[in-house]
Amino acid sequence: MSGYVSTRGFRRAASIWRLIGARLDHLAGGVFILPAVVVILGFSIFPLVASLYVSLSRLSFSEGGVDLKFVGLDNYAKLVTGIDHVHFLGLAGPLTPVGFVVLAAGYGLLAFALYRYVRGHNRTAGGLVGRLFAAGVAGFLLWLVVSTVLTSGRPGTLVVTIIYVAVDVSVQVLLGLGLALLVVQQLPGRRFFRVVFLLPMMITPVGVAYLFRMLTDTDKGPLYPLWAHFGLTDVSWVTNPWGARGAVMIGDIWQWTPFIFIVLLAALETLPHELVEAAVVDGATRWQVFWRIRLPLILPAASTVVLIRLIEGFKIVDLPNVLTNGGPGTATESLTLHAYTIWRALDIGGSAAVAYMLLITVTFIGVCYVNLFRRRVTAMA
Amino acid sequence: MSRQLAKALVLALAAVIIAACTSGTPNTSSNNKFSGVTVRVLTFTGPQIAEPLQRRGPEFERLTGAKIAVITVPFSDLYQKLLTDFATKTNSYDATVFDPQWMGDYVPSGYLEDLDSRIQGDSALQWNDIAPFFRDFSATFKGKIYTIPLDGDFQMVYYRTDLLQKDGLQPPQTWDDYISIAQHFQGKDLNGDGKADYGSCLAMKRSAQSYWMYSSIASAFIQSQGTKQGAFFDTNNMQPLYNNPAAAKGLGIYKTLSKLGPPDQLNNDVGDSRGLFVTGRCALSLDWGDIGPLAVDKTQSKVIDKVGAVILPGSKQVLDRSTMQLTDCNSTLCPNATNGVNHSPFAAFGGWSGAINHAASDKVKDAAYAFLSYMSQPAQSSVDVTIGKTGFNPYRTSHFTNMGPWLASGMSQQAAQNYLGAIKDSLNNPNMVLDMRIPQTSFYQQTAQDTALAQFLAGELSVDQTMAQITAQWNKKTDEIGRQSQLDAYKASLSVTK
Repeated sequence: MSGYVSTRGFRRAASIWRLIGARLDHLAGGVFILPAVVVILGFSIFPLVASLYVSLSRLSFSEGGVDLKFVGLDNYAKLVTGIDHVHFLGLAGPLTPVGFVVLAAGYGLLAFALYRYVRGHNRTAGGLVGRLFAAGVAGFLLWLVVSTVLTSGRPGTLVVTIIYVAVDVSVQVLLGLGLALLVVQQLPGRRFFRVVFLLPMMITPVGVAYLFRMLTDTDKGPLYPLWAHFGLTDVSWVTNPWGARGAVMIGDIWQWTPFIFIVLLAALETLPHELVEAAVVDGATRWQVFWRIRLPLILPAASTVVLIRLIEGFKIVDLPNVLTNGGPGTATESLTLHAYTIWRALDIGGSAAVAYMLLITVTFIGVCYVNLFRRRVTAMA
Repeated sequence: MSRQLAKALVLALAAVIIAACTSGTPNTSSNNKFSGVTVRVLTFTGPQIAEPLQRRGPEFERLTGAKIAVITVPFSDLYQKLLTDFATKTNSYDATVFDPQWMGDYVPSGYLEDLDSRIQGDSALQWNDIAPFFRDFSATFKGKIYTIPLDGDFQMVYYRTDLLQKDGLQPPQTWDDYISIAQHFQGKDLNGDGKADYGSCLAMKRSAQSYWMYSSIASAFIQSQGTKQGAFFDTNNMQPLYNNPAAAKGLGIYKTLSKLGPPDQLNNDVGDSRGLFVTGRCALSLDWGDIGPLAVDKTQSKVIDKVGAVILPGSKQVLDRSTMQLTDCNSTLCPNATNGVNHSPFAAFGGWSGAINHAASDKVKDAAYAFLSYMSQPAQSSVDVTIGKTGFNPYRTSHFTNMGPWLASGMSQQAAQNYLGAIKDSLNNPNMVLDMRIPQTSFYQQTAQDTALAQFLAGELSVDQTMAQITAQWNKKTDEIGRQSQLDAYKASLSVTK
């Protein structure tokens, strides 16, 4: 009798333990992931939320220290409609014929893309809403660029940053791809050039900025003999808004083309030779091999590296800060430099508001890029 | 024998007591008094200002045992670096050599140490030898002393005596004179190297120390009734004085001068314009007192004994505050005018000054004070103000009367008298313009004024737009902080009591 009881008790205990074990197994995933979640919350989400609060506040000095006073959306209002709106958004001028044509072409393309989506088989209500929103924001940004750049107005820090990103990333992709295609050929000295082309990326951006500051100085510096030969010593191109922006863009392109180059080179070197050889045997020209075989196969890698450069490009600060101090005037000031300039005067609320506007812009462009371009390219590949 | 021994003991005891009594002041002669103490001093990236601190640091360590660690940041970062360090209670810096204009932010918040008692007990500092302006304005806030002056700052005009003499020209008395001399020499070879040189070299770089140059020009038209009138705000309602015909006149001159200099003048800071002037490439320059000693520095100067200095040029027309129009000078409008010319010498910046972090430990505070005192004492400072690369300019009475160090630095008697005379003219002028010293001065000048001026020079803003932008930004900040409290602070800085 007693043996029966003890076996029953043992079985009951075993089933309880099994139950506890099953519950622990069920919770194990959560328990193991908890430290990572806590770290992410602590180091990423908390600063994001804290800086959002800062962007809604104003720093004020008080007896014994400083206080943060809640001011609602005042810092954002200053940027969009208040005393800083020209600095941030720029000054719109009356539309010129060229501006009108560009604007019409841009809006036509947006309308065509929407029309194609509506007529397509994969349309959904959510997709349509998202695309309408994206088209609306893109339309506004296009108007902003055209009305401040192609008119008598002047661009603000938002447009200047968009111009930096658009021009820099486009040229970097073209140059990086060209160099990668050259180096992938079985040419003598390719290993040497592979290293040389990478060097600019290894230099600190501040060093690059100082280097270009010397190079653009027409009155002294290493290129002085060249400027003197052409009689340009009395011309300073960094005191002209577009000359200064050009100098910043050349510096950025010089520094970051190697990044695109090394990723695309790796992508080109891993392509299967059989495909190219088969195409050549079938009589394909070099251009056809590139356009029909190589390019589609490296597009996923290329689209990824472009996404990384897009995000990084929006954060440009070293070059305009050291090369021109954001000048002449505010001509070369990027969004990050704008935030930094305000922060230096301890207007940390205004600075956080600019940083949030940058975050919103980068997120919008990044999400649009991934959804409308990169996914399609990856799916095609 | 025993009596002699007793006498000797009494004498020794007396000596010990006397030594103990006299060591109450932070005198720097006792070896290893601060052994093991490190004082972290924050200032701006040199060579100016940081250089003398770095050079004198090891000297001071040998004398007292305290190690001086000089940390430097760019000028445009100094204000926020200090403030964030204080406000977050990080307290990475025990002392700072900084712009005394920022006391308006640092003192009410309790970040700086009150130095009153230390200074009273420090005979070696010779406090009363420091010129009253620097003692009472640069070092004092609401009646208490928070800084030790290490530098005296006035902006002046420098000219090439050889060039002006050769062409029969007089040093500029008005800004119109300045422009006509600059135009006369622009494009001519001024140093015999076969290259075209410049009529005037000014610092006009953004996010640097250029915005004071505009205030030096405009003040001649804005302030004429004496220091208490103020050159930045109306002392009745805190309305900015940078939006009227006088400010517009100043902007016009500023723009003209941007074209009478090197092609990349918009990217030149004071270091660049000084370098150009002492290498003989400019006929005129507007600067603090630094060019005087730099001009006799044999390692770089090509204009030794060819440089003269004068008080800032003035104007025969000033702003009539009742009509807010530019009006010809008369005895009522310009009571301090000389030969009908109103001069408004600008005490720009107020002179680099040393202060101590209130949160530092007592031992470190003592060592920091002793170091700042050592830097300012006549034995050290009378030499440092004669060295161009220190960035320190005369601020003690003895600096003006003791000609020995000036002659030893290579300056001729005549050049020294001319240079010191220009500073004395500025210092003694009853219409001296005091720099802004109100809460968040840094935003008013370093951000709002500096950005608008850079945009104006780049052609992004017209004269009217520049004045409107500065006024709107200043008014917005004044209203954010509180118009009445800002007005009170501004009036207090000018010692206006009514």
